[in-house]
Amino acid sequence: MNVKTPSKLEKMLAAGHLAVTSECGPPRGSDPEVIAEKAELLKNHVDAINVTDNQTSMTRMCSLAACIRLKLLGLEPILQMVTRDRNRIAIQSDILGAASFDIHNILCLSGDHQSFGDCAKGQNVHDIDSMQLIQTVRHMRDEGKFLGGDDIKRPPRMFVGAAANPFADPYEIRVPRLAKKIAAGAEFIQTQCIYNLDKFEDWMKKACDRGLHEKVAILAGLTPMKSVGMARYMKNRVPGMDVPDDIVKRLADTPKDKQADEGIKICVESIERLKGVKGVAGFHIMAIEWEEKVPEIVERAGLFPRPSVN
Amino acid sequence: MRLSYPTSIKIIRVPCTGKVDTLHIMRAFEKGADGVYVVGCREGDCHFNSGNFRAKKRVEQAKEILDSIGIGGNRVRMCNLSSSDGPLFVKYAAEMHDCICAAGPNPIKLAARKKATTEAGSTLAASG
Amino acid sequence: MIVADKKPIEEIIDTVKDFRNILILGCNECVTVCEAGGKKEVGLLASALRMYFLQQGHEVNIGERTLERQCDHEYLEEIRDIIDQYDAVVSIACGVGVQFTAEKYHSKPVYPGVNTLFMGANEARGVWTERCQGCGQCILAVTGSICPVSRCAKRILNGPCGGSAAGKCEINKDVDCAWQLIIDRLKALGRLEEYESICPLKDWSSDRAGGPRKVVREDLKL
Repeated sequence: MNVKTPSKLEKMLAAGHLAVTSECGPPRGSDPEVIAEKAELLKNHVDAINVTDNQTSMTRMCSLAACIRLKLLGLEPILQMVTRDRNRIAIQSDILGAASFDIHNILCLSGDHQSFGDCAKGQNVHDIDSMQLIQTVRHMRDEGKFLGGDDIKRPPRMFVGAAANPFADPYEIRVPRLAKKIAAGAEFIQTQCIYNLDKFEDWMKKACDRGLHEKVAILAGLTPMKSVGMARYMKNRVPGMDVPDDIVKRLADTPKDKQADEGIKICVESIERLKGVKGVAGFHIMAIEWEEKVPEIVERAGLFPRPSVN
Repeated sequence: MRLSYPTSIKIIRVPCTGKVDTLHIMRAFEKGADGVYVVGCREGDCHFNSGNFRAKKRVEQAKEILDSIGIGGNRVRMCNLSSSDGPLFVKYAAEMHDCICAAGPNPIKLAARKKATTEAGSTLAASG
Repeated sequence: MIVADKKPIEEIIDTVKDFRNILILGCNECVTVCEAGGKKEVGLLASALRMYFLQQGHEVNIGERTLERQCDHEYLEEIRDIIDQYDAVVSIACGVGVQFTAEKYHSKPVYPGVNTLFMGANEARGVWTERCQGCGQCILAVTGSICPVSRCAKRILNGPCGGSAAGKCEINKDVDCAWQLIIDRLKALGRLEEYESICPLKDWSSDRAGGPRKVVREDLKL
């Protein structure tokens, strides 16, 4: 697999290593140190860091600014971009802004509905959807042209990713939807966090049967449980989340002060099992507000030190 | 049965309470009624199927409008009984009578009265 | 049809409280069907306003009239001979009717009495739901006759998004996920393989974004 961009993540995957990514959320303010501190915790243990984009529609510092800050600190950011808040002009414009700072990774998303956040009375845009955003970035990169047709001076060189949820409804189109994203131009996928390993393996098998694992790099998403309360909340209150009963039971049977450790243990065990699953190209560890645990997880899962790629 | 009910009550007979429109209720108040209650068959027993359910909804509609213009939604209500239940009819009549006495006259009548007195007062002042 | 909902009476009273001759103007079409602005509603609003003003001690002349439609010149002309009796009009037609009446009777204040919401259908007694937003480029042929523009909260053309759960939209358990409906229907029609065709970027210039729209039929103009 030869690389199309200077993306460190792309190079890591092309070299055949299991990639590791994580994520952090920008602050609800303009303090630049918050992002720098989170990144500092992660920097030696991951290949690239996602920066979320007004997640759950709560207004935060924009992902682009936070990504620029990470890039200037010598880290590898993944710009998460939602279509909820911008039209196609702003989207192309922000992509060029990111490219001007040599940000080489983008994750294309729709974004949660604004009614969840702090500006429920606002408009949503969705001039284009996440599928069309993937097409747009590829078009800007590979054709070197704006959507309007004119040439771009110094086109963006971005490694294009998309999200996938093997557990969402309707189940019957989960693999066709992955195929569709690949056809649109997705080059890497980060999945929703996995607890039901059997169901995930089933989805991976179906994806591999169609040869999709050779066309796109699938990073398995994982989030360590902090407590049995968190497990129950995610099981019952978060749509598109599949938390098997035995995970909840395992945490419930653990004494309260040991539950966080048990959650980490479950996470590491999942990584070990997923390493052996055909088509899994890496791991996306999401430990929002618990970033300090990511290095431990990466080390215990035998993924440290990170291989070097030039 | 020869039971008696308050003389304040004027009965308007309809074949089914489903015939009563919200507008009929509104007009009654416009013309000065202090209260209106709609008496229909017991729920589930409507002779014409669901006429009394429609009436109930229309009474609710009237209630909302009367509240929003300051007349008072408590002046209108829906009651249900079996057509042979004389004692219950009397009971509802007494309850309605008491409720309306507590609510006082239709505010429109009060306003008209007030206007008449101020006009009379100013006529007196002009002439006196 | 166009679906509207009654404005709160308090709001209407606030706009017309200083007038003494008011015409309540209804419409016999869409707003009659959704029971917000037809002849019955004209009667109810007029009665309510009369009683309100009587309580304030004012003699107010409230006229009642329901036109066949308020979006055609011919029907609006029918009130030309009576309009000068009134200082203000409360039109309980949809937003189109309010505006067309105001355009025709240029120096007469015309106020809205309903909130116009969407183009939709009558799903059950007292329940109307949105079906169309007039995007100007109908794609129902490729989406199994279910519109993702009007029925998906995010207007996603290659859905569903990650928030679809048990066939419902993430914004509300009572709202169907449009893409679940589309997939179910494609399946029922034996066309599920079409799901993988990517719907290209939409031309929104025929939608609201392009500005106020116009249809001109040269073959109909005299």
